[in-house]
Amino acid sequence: MISPEILDKYDMTIGIECHVQLATISKLFSGADNDANDKAPNDATSPIDFGLPGMLPVLNYQAIVLAAKAGKALNAEIAHISRFDRKHYFYPDLPKGYQITQMYQPIILGGLVEAPMLDGSTVTVRIHHAHIEEDAGKLTHYSDFSLVDLNRAGTPLIEIVSEPDIHSAAGAKAYATELHRLMTFAGVTYGDLYHGNMRFDVNLSVALKGATELGTRAEVKNLNSFRSVEKAAEYEFTRQIELIEKGEKIVQETRGWDDASGKTSSQRSKEDAQDYRYMPDADIPPVVLSDEDIADMQAGMPRLPAFYREKWSSIGLDLSVVNALLNEVKYADTVVLAQEKSDDIAKVIAHWFASAVGQDDEQSAVVSSEFFPKRFIELAEMFKKNEVSSTAAKQIFNELLTGNKDPRIIAEEKNLLQVSDESAIQVFVDAVLDDPANAQSVADIKAGQDKAIGFLVGQVMKRSAGKANPGLAQQLIRKRLEQ
Amino acid sequence: MSSISDFIGVSARKNVEEAIAKAHENESFHALLSLTETRALERADAVDRGEITGLLAGVPFIAKDNFLTLGGTTTAASKILENFEAPLQATAIEKLEAEGAICIGKANLDAFAHGGSTENSAFGPTKNAVDQERVAGGSSGGSAVVVALQIVPFALGTDTGGSIRQPASFNGVVGVKPTYGTVSRYGVVAMASSTDTIGVLASHTKDAALVMSIMSGKDAKDMTTLPDFFAPITLDGKKKIGIIKEAMTDDVDADVRRVTNEYIEKLRSAGHEVEEVSLSLLKYALAIYYIVVPAEISSNLGRYDGIRYGRRADATRLSDLYGSSRDQGFMTENKRRIMIGSYVLSSGFFDAYYLQAQKVRTLLIDEFNELFSSFDVLIAPVAPTPAFKLGENTSDPIKMYLADVMTVPASLAGLPAISVPAGKSEQGLPIGVQLIGKRRDDALLLALAESIEGNA
Repeated sequence: MISPEILDKYDMTIGIECHVQLATISKLFSGADNDANDKAPNDATSPIDFGLPGMLPVLNYQAIVLAAKAGKALNAEIAHISRFDRKHYFYPDLPKGYQITQMYQPIILGGLVEAPMLDGSTVTVRIHHAHIEEDAGKLTHYSDFSLVDLNRAGTPLIEIVSEPDIHSAAGAKAYATELHRLMTFAGVTYGDLYHGNMRFDVNLSVALKGATELGTRAEVKNLNSFRSVEKAAEYEFTRQIELIEKGEKIVQETRGWDDASGKTSSQRSKEDAQDYRYMPDADIPPVVLSDEDIADMQAGMPRLPAFYREKWSSIGLDLSVVNALLNEVKYADTVVLAQEKSDDIAKVIAHWFASAVGQDDEQSAVVSSEFFPKRFIELAEMFKKNEVSSTAAKQIFNELLTGNKDPRIIAEEKNLLQVSDESAIQVFVDAVLDDPANAQSVADIKAGQDKAIGFLVGQVMKRSAGKANPGLAQQLIRKRLEQ
Repeated sequence: MSSISDFIGVSARKNVEEAIAKAHENESFHALLSLTETRALERADAVDRGEITGLLAGVPFIAKDNFLTLGGTTTAASKILENFEAPLQATAIEKLEAEGAICIGKANLDAFAHGGSTENSAFGPTKNAVDQERVAGGSSGGSAVVVALQIVPFALGTDTGGSIRQPASFNGVVGVKPTYGTVSRYGVVAMASSTDTIGVLASHTKDAALVMSIMSGKDAKDMTTLPDFFAPITLDGKKKIGIIKEAMTDDVDADVRRVTNEYIEKLRSAGHEVEEVSLSLLKYALAIYYIVVPAEISSNLGRYDGIRYGRRADATRLSDLYGSSRDQGFMTENKRRIMIGSYVLSSGFFDAYYLQAQKVRTLLIDEFNELFSSFDVLIAPVAPTPAFKLGENTSDPIKMYLADVMTVPASLAGLPAISVPAGKSEQGLPIGVQLIGKRRDDALLLALAESIEGNA
């Protein structure tokens, strides 16, 4: 193991390439279904995806619209002229012998992402460019044969290429997380990490602090969670320093990541790098966009994370709560909707959602496909009016996430409504105060030891089987003791 | 010579049966790779029952075997696609069928249309319609010969650098290479995406114009197609015509120059003004073409890998599967072009070759535009010689490439160009002349040729 003192002598420099699967209905160049989930192999393909002789690509305009939205989310320029090129290599997952990409004139130029860190600081990452390209198919290897599934072949992606502006593993994670928020909020992608909707390649090099030149970088490919981005960066940082400290050289290479062992391993070195023989694709005319076209495509742009952060600055949510809410746009939108009622209601809902998502970043909550923001607001109002206890509210909240009923109906069915009828509670209060077992507590309160009142309220709650409104119970106890 | 009109309003079944019989009688020319008799007769009967109607109802035709068609194989005259049966048809075929035309078979070509003699066919060369010792030209050699032999009134071809015009000239038929983007390339085996065009070979310009007007137009499946502009016209007034002097040097066969000059005299006597013009960049056209086109070929032929369809060699390793399937499936000329293309696209050479060639291509287009600012039509020979002997050029690829020198400029510039029969060599070999027009002036070229054809 390498000592923290030695690690501290070095800086890491990270650039990230992120592949984002676009939420189009059909593929980038064919009419085949872009949703390969739950489909039999090669069911979501057309003769174009299959690379039959004589087939030609037909550009899906929806991909251009989504790229324009992605560009806006990245604070980038949209190119007035962009073009498609061919990247050649032979592999059975690549039906045409080339991948259609944008090598020379990408559609998204420049850009800036400001990713908030948990400590309140911000990582500012410049975007070099982002380009549209098609995905390849999938191979499944067996002992003496391999099977080809082209369902994913031709799926539209944008690849967002950052500048090497990140200098910590936590920063890499923060950037990846923020990119996911930006792309999902903008409606560019479904952002389903489990199904590889966003995949990250981390390019990392190390150099002595203060060095003017960057070290040789290694690229860890195909990371599909924010946590693995962070862990892979941490691992690479240490690995590379160990090599340097031993006097060895860093090899420029592509490395894979193994989640189970938490290690990277060499896949291929630069010497094996293929010559992709890039050339313009003459089958696809240039994409020419006027300022007006771009404005049209970006009109009706959904709200981005920055909007919510600004909106919530007034209600004082913790950064962890904000981050949790920003993992799920419908939660964030519900909180904003609740702010129209009151900041208090919004805050209550915000905390509920934040705990449902978990403090961490991966999507975890199982959420019903139907989602009714107003039900959550109604529940918060019931809670604020003391119609349900906080425990009961939490229970109802969980039902709202997965079920399909109004909160009041759930409360009634589960008998969770608090009794706020004074005369009903008075009966419990009288019974408690008249109970000789509580005489000492009554005496304590009268002697000015106010905290004993909590005990008496508890007794009322017990007698009412938890349904009495505790605030009202307390008022009634005081009222009688003052008589 | 047979005309489309001869086949209209008569028994479609008889048309098809007679065409197929003629095809069998002429098997020695090896112009056809397959007949789609069953499907053709079914369609003929449907025409005769009145179920299929249209401008070409019951008219038989033949498609070059790089058009995807139903009812048989589409081989591109290659071993790698020897048994390939297409699940769909090219847009051009669909459009002709929609007008009632009947495809009866598939014509021979240089494998993947790489060549100018049809000697690169994996299934043996096609012989010239006039002299079986000589080449048919190419790559649409089979299509030219079936028209010259009057098996069908028209045939489809593709022209990437002269592949319709040159065999049309060698066999004495009309060949139309339209403006790039006139006819959809969907369903046609790709050679070079930036210069591939779909056209027709026919006995008469009028028939060629009719077929072109049916096939042309915007196709949602080919983003490079132009909105439909092609409508047959009759010539209005006298034209200003330029004869490209660089195409009439002493290097060009004397008979070819004589026939071209005779055609010019006909144009003049019809009242058109013909002047000598210079296309100074003609000398670079072949160099540009044999960089850009192989580059695109090396890319477009990547899909023939033995994985999903086509010939698949026995192999246990992936690299061997690729290597052997492609080695067995491609002809020497295919491999040569793939290698040239891979070379000029490779890292470190791209700028010096491909990019430089594209820059000069732009200059060539500019020079054409400049000429067309003062001339309506340009004229040049189609090829430097009449049909050469079988085997004469096969050992010397450069000599073979030189035969394309007059046809590649229009291809690189995306211009319409037609080859029309103009005369014969002293040995009686057909010689055509080439008319080149502005983009979208396809119909003008045909109308001009027709006015001369009528006078001939």
